Amino acid sequence: MSERTYTDSEMMIAVAARVLKGARTVFVGVGLPNIACNLARYTVAPDLELIYESGVYGARPERLPLSIGDPTLVSGAISVVSMADLFGLYLQRGLVEIALLGGAQIDRYGNLNTTVIGDYRTPKTRLPGSGGACEISINAQRTFMIMRLKRRAFVDKLDFLTSPGHLTGGDSRAQLGLPGGGPELVITDKAILDFANPQHEMQLSALHPGVTVKDVQAEVGWSLRLGETIQETAAPTTEELRLIREELDPHAMYR
Amino acid sequence: MTNAAKADKLVSMREAIATYVNDDCSVAIEGFTGFISFAAGHEIIRQKRRELTLIRMTPDLIYDQMIAAGTAKKLIFSYMGNPGVGSLYCIRRAVEKAIPRPLELEEYSHYGLVGRYAAAASRMPFFPLRSYIGSDMLTVNPLIKVVDDPYGSGQIAVVPPLNLDVAIVHAQRADRQGNTQLWGLLGMQKEVAFAAKRVIVVVEEVVDEATVRADPNRTLIPGLIVNAVVHEPYGAHPSYVQGYYDRDNESYLAWDKLSQDHAAVLAWLDEWVYGLENHAAYVRKLGQAYLDKLRPEPLRAPSVDYGRYR
Repeated sequence: MSERTYTDSEMMIAVAARVLKGARTVFVGVGLPNIACNLARYTVAPDLELIYESGVYGARPERLPLSIGDPTLVSGAISVVSMADLFGLYLQRGLVEIALLGGAQIDRYGNLNTTVIGDYRTPKTRLPGSGGACEISINAQRTFMIMRLKRRAFVDKLDFLTSPGHLTGGDSRAQLGLPGGGPELVITDKAILDFANPQHEMQLSALHPGVTVKDVQAEVGWSLRLGETIQETAAPTTEELRLIREELDPHAMYR
Repeated sequence: MTNAAKADKLVSMREAIATYVNDDCSVAIEGFTGFISFAAGHEIIRQKRRELTLIRMTPDLIYDQMIAAGTAKKLIFSYMGNPGVGSLYCIRRAVEKAIPRPLELEEYSHYGLVGRYAAAASRMPFFPLRSYIGSDMLTVNPLIKVVDDPYGSGQIAVVPPLNLDVAIVHAQRADRQGNTQLWGLLGMQKEVAFAAKRVIVVVEEVVDEATVRADPNRTLIPGLIVNAVVHEPYGAHPSYVQGYYDRDNESYLAWDKLSQDHAAVLAWLDEWVYGLENHAAYVRKLGQAYLDKLRPEPLRAPSVDYGRYR
């Protein structure tokens, strides 16, 4: 642990990039996910096109976007469309293979809260709300979450269900007719979690170097299920770190 | 509707707001991250409009400022954050502590609010979308409904048309009749304009009709539905206009700190809104040297051949 040459954020970026291997389209937010998608383009997914809810297909940002509506996403993109077309023709049409999402709270079935902490009408904290996340979580073919592992975020019960994951588990998502496959992975700063069991319940899949099962359980608000085999995540490679530090985030905004 | 066929609609911002934005009406100053008419928002504050229903997918700093100034009773939105920065503290103070007054919220997802504009724009009774099913958003907003597809595919969410009073849209250029050309993020500007009863377009440049006709695919909003054209260079600052100026991110970061204190916000409004006669004075106060730093390098699109057919 003490000789670690990378940060938690760099680990999350490297893992998120690797799991995009071979993907053609990804629906992306700002910050870590944006860096991960660009890292994937340089490494495991050369044909990857970035889709932004602001209406951009095939962005090639020349700088790190400040927001999902940054003008750098427009210049050099393949297509810029209205938001009605982006949500209708790209997302709802089923053209988004992978969506990267996060939230203030997640539960064991990968449902997300980005709306309120506390009661909806008299909130303790008013969060931003859905944005496009509700329809993205419903329509994307596959959903990966990127979130830091914290007990206040990995909760037994959400204060508000903004974006449906596997709902109450089992086939409850399919029963409601939601087109997308739902959450597959949760990439955190300590471990990788997946939903690869019939109940679609979050389970521990891989531990980052130096992290124990106990460390992970301490940050999860329910008794975490363990996968059949628990891998150790490979640390970021020299080349991954070079690309992140020199090419993608030279000003260390997200490290 | 008072859309004279080919009238000269070029007016000052003061006149546009005085004429078309009344107390108690519903107003959308739209534009996704960019093209946000801060100039219009500030003039609404200056003219002390009250009891407005403000509509914006992403309220951004402009609605934070307008809500802190007490202009609004209600906010309709789909993502309430300072984009890429954090919270909107004035709106949170209104929601959490009723400062300066209580604020009613009506909340959608992005596609849901786009759908409300789109239904109103084509005068349809609802807009169907694959969203909301399984989400608690259905339980807190009774206007979002789930119905059976009459063709038998199962359940589908629907939202009603948003028949708003006034849409205010910033763009690169328009002619004096309001034929408006916009490039960059198209957002929901077309839908919100067609949805509204009255439309104000605010532009960086006023051009002649021949310039519009030379590139008709670029025209997003026809003068047919426009009531007023306002010429307001840098009218979207501190947001951006594609090809003209970048987002002034320092202002967004500064607001994140300043806006945590209501008294500081009121002092800011005194200095930058009430204390200035109009947006031209705001631009002078910022200074040309400051604004020049926001200008991007040119990246011109090659022109296309429409062909002449006669």
